[in-house]
Amino acid sequence: MTDTSAAARPKRPKSSSPLLAIWAQFRSHKGAVFGLCVLGFMLVAVVIGPWLWVPEKLSVAQAIKLKNQGPSLRFPLGTDQLGRDMLARMLLAGRISLAVGMVAMTIAIVFGTLIGVLAGYFRRLDGPLMRLADMFLALPLIPLLLVMVMLFRDKIAGLIGPELGAFALIVFAIGVTSWMATARIVRGEVLTLKEREYVLAARSIGVRPNRIILRHILPNVVSPVMVAATLGVAEAIITESVLSFLGLGFPPDFPTWGRLLYDGLQYMQVYPERVIWPGLAISLTVLSVNYIGDGLRDALDPRIRGR
Amino acid sequence: MKLKTLLLGAAAAFALAPAAHAERGADGEVKLTFPQAVSIMNPYLTGGTKDIYASSLVLEPLAGLTPEGVLVPKLVTEIPTKENGGVSEDMTSITWKLLPDLKWSDGTPVTADDAVFTWKYCTDPAGGCSQATKYEGVASVEAVDPSTIKVTFSGPKANPYTAFVSALSPVLQKKQFEACLGAAAPTCTDPNNMPVGTGPFMVTGFTVNDTVSLAANPNYRDPAKPAFATAVIKGGGDAEGSARAVMETGEFDYAWNTQIPPETQESMKAAGKGQFVVAFGTLVERIEMNTTDPDPALPEGERATAKHPHPILSDIKVRTALSKAIDRSILVEVGYGAGGKPTCNVIPGPEGWASDNEGCIAQDMEGAKALLDEAGWTDSDSDGIRDKDGKKLHILYQTTVNPIRQDFQALIKDWWTELGVEVELKAIDPGVFFGGDPGSPDTFQKFYADVEMYANNSESPDPESYLGQYQCKNAPSPETQWQGENINRFCTPEYDALYATLATTTDIAARQDIAKKLNDMVTKDSMIVVPLVHRGTLSAHSNTLGGVQINAWDSEMWNAADWFRVK
Repeated sequence: MTDTSAAARPKRPKSSSPLLAIWAQFRSHKGAVFGLCVLGFMLVAVVIGPWLWVPEKLSVAQAIKLKNQGPSLRFPLGTDQLGRDMLARMLLAGRISLAVGMVAMTIAIVFGTLIGVLAGYFRRLDGPLMRLADMFLALPLIPLLLVMVMLFRDKIAGLIGPELGAFALIVFAIGVTSWMATARIVRGEVLTLKEREYVLAARSIGVRPNRIILRHILPNVVSPVMVAATLGVAEAIITESVLSFLGLGFPPDFPTWGRLLYDGLQYMQVYPERVIWPGLAISLTVLSVNYIGDGLRDALDPRIRGR
Repeated sequence: MKLKTLLLGAAAAFALAPAAHAERGADGEVKLTFPQAVSIMNPYLTGGTKDIYASSLVLEPLAGLTPEGVLVPKLVTEIPTKENGGVSEDMTSITWKLLPDLKWSDGTPVTADDAVFTWKYCTDPAGGCSQATKYEGVASVEAVDPSTIKVTFSGPKANPYTAFVSALSPVLQKKQFEACLGAAAPTCTDPNNMPVGTGPFMVTGFTVNDTVSLAANPNYRDPAKPAFATAVIKGGGDAEGSARAVMETGEFDYAWNTQIPPETQESMKAAGKGQFVVAFGTLVERIEMNTTDPDPALPEGERATAKHPHPILSDIKVRTALSKAIDRSILVEVGYGAGGKPTCNVIPGPEGWASDNEGCIAQDMEGAKALLDEAGWTDSDSDGIRDKDGKKLHILYQTTVNPIRQDFQALIKDWWTELGVEVELKAIDPGVFFGGDPGSPDTFQKFYADVEMYANNSESPDPESYLGQYQCKNAPSPETQWQGENINRFCTPEYDALYATLATTTDIAARQDIAKKLNDMVTKDSMIVVPLVHRGTLSAHSNTLGGVQINAWDSEMWNAADWFRVK
């Protein structure tokens, strides 16, 4: 067995496209593969789950009789204090929590990378942009979010509806308050990259800055950006939980993992599973995303890859 | 034999000692926790019970009420009655005699002038006093001599015990508040946060919306009281956390308003560190209907004011349908268990004052649907939501962040959705909701929603001043700095006229009759207020805190001077 793998290894770099090489390296990181499986499972579950698992339609009076039940075939995760099926709520909640995580992360990454590249590449923009980043870093996150939610919730809800409004606001709020780390990392990378010979060579033959950035610099900063991105997902899910906990996230009838956790808190002693399920879902997501980030870092770094 | 008896006697004497030989400040610190943080120490400028209860430790009325609803003198020698000549034969005036040598906590004497000033302070038209109903029908308050206060009413007043009675209308010190009359009232930060009072405690430090630190009042009238040297009211957190801090960890001695689900109460009691106390007063969890349009598109200053009637809820059929769709028994079962009962009344007690109105108890979904059809709200595009003239039947339903209220929201949303109403839920931090800050859009007075749910109660067994809140003039508006208790902006001349007769009716049976009619006018006749549950107020106190007598008619801390540490 060891022979075959040893024999296979030297072939890998030549064999095929860089994507496959990255995948091969990624696969060798056990934690990352495990994380990917767990996250993949969660994503599939929350995307198609609510169609597969449709809870019975019960009237309020019928549901109340079934409150606070433990796990059973009828209710695999039991029911809550109003007789609602916990599994169905977990799946719906996961959709929102994961969507918030992904979208907020995308905003933060796009914004952070843009500012980082601009600040690193154009010297004149460096000062103002980095001071802007410092300013955002100095702002306390939670009070800022509270003020934003307070000021804009009604207006945005009036434009695009309460649920979508809350989603847009939360995602935007988390996005614009978590791009700074990415921007700083990217700027640092760009500062060193732009003095490299191949960038100088490109400049000397008159390649325009936007072309240099897209073709020569961005591919080289992908690895730190990916790592920051994975960490960002976890952070966004946790921040959303915090907002839900404070009653400032989604409307109260809109389940998210954070809200389920909050609702379950008061029953923690009597029905601990009410807290364990959403808590487990949040922890598993955060953990698996972190492992994926770890694996990606190794896989994307050409100096580590293939060793 | 003799020695044994002696020893037994000595032992008994020692056992009785802690309660008997109380001494001011001997018992250290008493710690209270309120799930809603205190934001002001002046009850005249707040609608929040938390603020009124906290200030009752410092500010005192002339007379208070016992848990049985009986008047008890506080700053006066006795309760004035017709028999002792304190109340005039024609019921048009009442005369209070102040206790001799009564002093404010700063050492200056309490005089009748202070009471006169308090009346002026609360009745100043520019001030927006929250407790104005307490001074309803008062024509003048005069100082006959430095220790005699004469309150004259504009007509015969059957219940003359409104002004200066209970924690809602304490006496303020004239010297301290002199510059705070009228529109200046809310801007007087120092007096409002650290009022000088006659109560067992005085404020030593106040962090708004966080902590109130108090110390025993050195000039309190009973030299042996209070038993505690200092007191702390820590605000914030939630009902469950407060209950746990008393019942399980023992960090606090008293937790006010520990509204938590029945299952959790049971598990907390098991820890054996404290006990829950319930008082059934007149507290009713209700849904208030907004009669004005809270549309955010309206300009600020006109939004949610009488200028724009509500586009949907102005129709009584819609309001009735919304009430009929609710099954109140399920709400009680989910939220309160033995601590609540379904009700259709704003005045659920005491017996004699409560209307026999029970028409809302049985849920009637079909009747509700028929009413909406009749009102012209039909589901013309069959998307499950009724509409009329191209407008969807959409309702924004707000309340405070509180697990039971969120459960209620979920249940009521289910019923209303079945009815064909689109319901949007909103939960607001209770400190903000009840905070009364005119600058915040989320206070219950501003009512920037279609319906809102909270609990309110009559502070006195006689509901006169409580019913006064539904008069036209008490509607919160920009002109009153958004203060006022008529949250719904309910306004009919019939109600105002009938209420005016209540103030002049002296016969008790006739009064009860009028109160029932007034109750019916805002509930079953108009469905402006949709009562849900008659609640007991649930608080928790540590087993080491003695002397607690929970009170539904006055502040729960009404006898804080008598509290002591059980050793």
